Amino acid sequence: MNKTWIIAMRELASFFDSLIAYMLIIIFLGITGYFTWLSDGNLFAQGQATLQVFFAWSFWTLFFFIPAITMRTLAEENRSGTIEILITKSVSDWQVVAGKYLACLVLVGIALLCSIPYYFTVSSIASENAGVDHGAIFGGYLGLILLSSAYISIGIFASSLTSNQIVAFLAALVITFFFQFLLELIGRGMGGWMGSLLTYLSAGRHFDSIYRGVMDSRDLLFFISVTAVGLFLSQMVLSKRRWRD
Amino acid sequence: MSVAVKNLTKLYGPQKAIDNISFEVKSGEVVGFLGPNGAGKTTTMKIITCFIAPAAGDVEVGGLSIHSHPDEVRQMIGYLPESNPLYTEMPVVDYLEFVGRIQGVPQKQIAGRIREMIDYCGLGIEKHKKIGELSKGYRQRVGLAQAMIHNPDVLILDEPTTGLDPNQIVEIRNLIKNLATNKTIILSTHILQEVEQTCDRILIINKGKIVADDTAKDLRSRREGSEILTVQIEAIPGDDVAGALAGIPGVESAIAISQKPGFYRVQSNPNEKSRKGVFSLCAERKWFLLEMTGKETSLEDVFRELTTDTANE
Repeated sequence: MNKTWIIAMRELASFFDSLIAYMLIIIFLGITGYFTWLSDGNLFAQGQATLQVFFAWSFWTLFFFIPAITMRTLAEENRSGTIEILITKSVSDWQVVAGKYLACLVLVGIALLCSIPYYFTVSSIASENAGVDHGAIFGGYLGLILLSSAYISIGIFASSLTSNQIVAFLAALVITFFFQFLLELIGRGMGGWMGSLLTYLSAGRHFDSIYRGVMDSRDLLFFISVTAVGLFLSQMVLSKRRWRD
Repeated sequence: MSVAVKNLTKLYGPQKAIDNISFEVKSGEVVGFLGPNGAGKTTTMKIITCFIAPAAGDVEVGGLSIHSHPDEVRQMIGYLPESNPLYTEMPVVDYLEFVGRIQGVPQKQIAGRIREMIDYCGLGIEKHKKIGELSKGYRQRVGLAQAMIHNPDVLILDEPTTGLDPNQIVEIRNLIKNLATNKTIILSTHILQEVEQTCDRILIINKGKIVADDTAKDLRSRREGSEILTVQIEAIPGDDVAGALAGIPGVESAIAISQKPGFYRVQSNPNEKSRKGVFSLCAERKWFLLEMTGKETSLEDVFRELTTDTANE
């Protein structure tokens, strides 16, 4: 755990050193902020003191935002050869993968923290008798973090496969697009048990139910499982070089 | 701490990168790993450092196998890979701290170790610069510093001086020489001078096989054993000079050098000299001996002989 944290801190420092972190946080806040407060379908137009608009837009912004964070994690190490230094130190492959994952999760967490003022704004403008649904807002943030966690692990897996950041970015985008949208579409069209299986695998559905404030262990389990599988596969790719041929 | 390589084989597709090699490096020894490009030096080093696994065979570092105790082995080794990859966006000090911490240097000692490494590798004035801003020579020093930050007993250095200018080569070589007193070092290079100056023992590897394992001195004397002379003789036309030279006691072979008429290449039997014999023969036959040059054997000759195709067939 300690070494995982050391790797995560280095990774995080390099996000901030290379300005990637600032740019992504600004873009994230810019897009979600515009649609939440300024666009036609903004929060005032909806007339409800909730952050539903923000969560719905974050759902799509993070879909692009996360592959951009994860694309360099392992691909850059593969390209420059620093992976050789890292792996020949006394750290396990698992610690390397977990460190990268943690760094990305913390970065997304920081971006989400920056949107906390939205919450205060909404609570201050809510009418006295109706108030704000704190549970739904909490659920929304939890949903975003769980979704990010799953997508980060997919992104790191994509990054582990290549030494080209663009390839890593696109691969992550394609895989997450299935979870984001396609699986549900296909599942609905198919029907039957196959259809319901595919719909179950859709991240969108699970996210919807969490951010509406319905907390179901199946939704939690879904995101945790995707995260675990993604990290496990990344670790396998790293360990592959140590398999006997 | 000793390093024992046992029957190591590694395949890249159908091609054998290294083919059943075995050698042992004793504690405190400095061994030069020599060979042409693609001979398998880097592959062997990558296996010893647990970066890749061999197809067969084992390596034991301080008695621990790379298969059963990879973590302990990696802890004992300091490794400078061939291309010296570094996180270019990190300042030198931060990078050394990062490496020190993942190598498990205790928190209390870390600042001291970094200071020591910076002094030792002469990084003082560059320590706050980003690694990407350093010259190649300084980057190489950072590479050495990161390899040694946890004070390992074994150092594996893959071509530590490639791409450096002559002054930097001397500096890095001196750093290695100073280290040699208390560490086991395996270093690969194709600069022969370097091995002669820094290494106790030389391993020559070619096409995945070890073709020589000896000290520089012994390697050279092994070749010196069969003296080679180039002689120029102005003989009486019609005489069989090469045949007569070959008849001298102690001469293994004598051939006329085709490009240069009048020149002959005379090779003696191992540990025998033939200069006097050549001289007496000329005197006896009334030939003029115009030139006689003994060929100086260098490590380069030994290397070329052992690693070119004809020598192996």
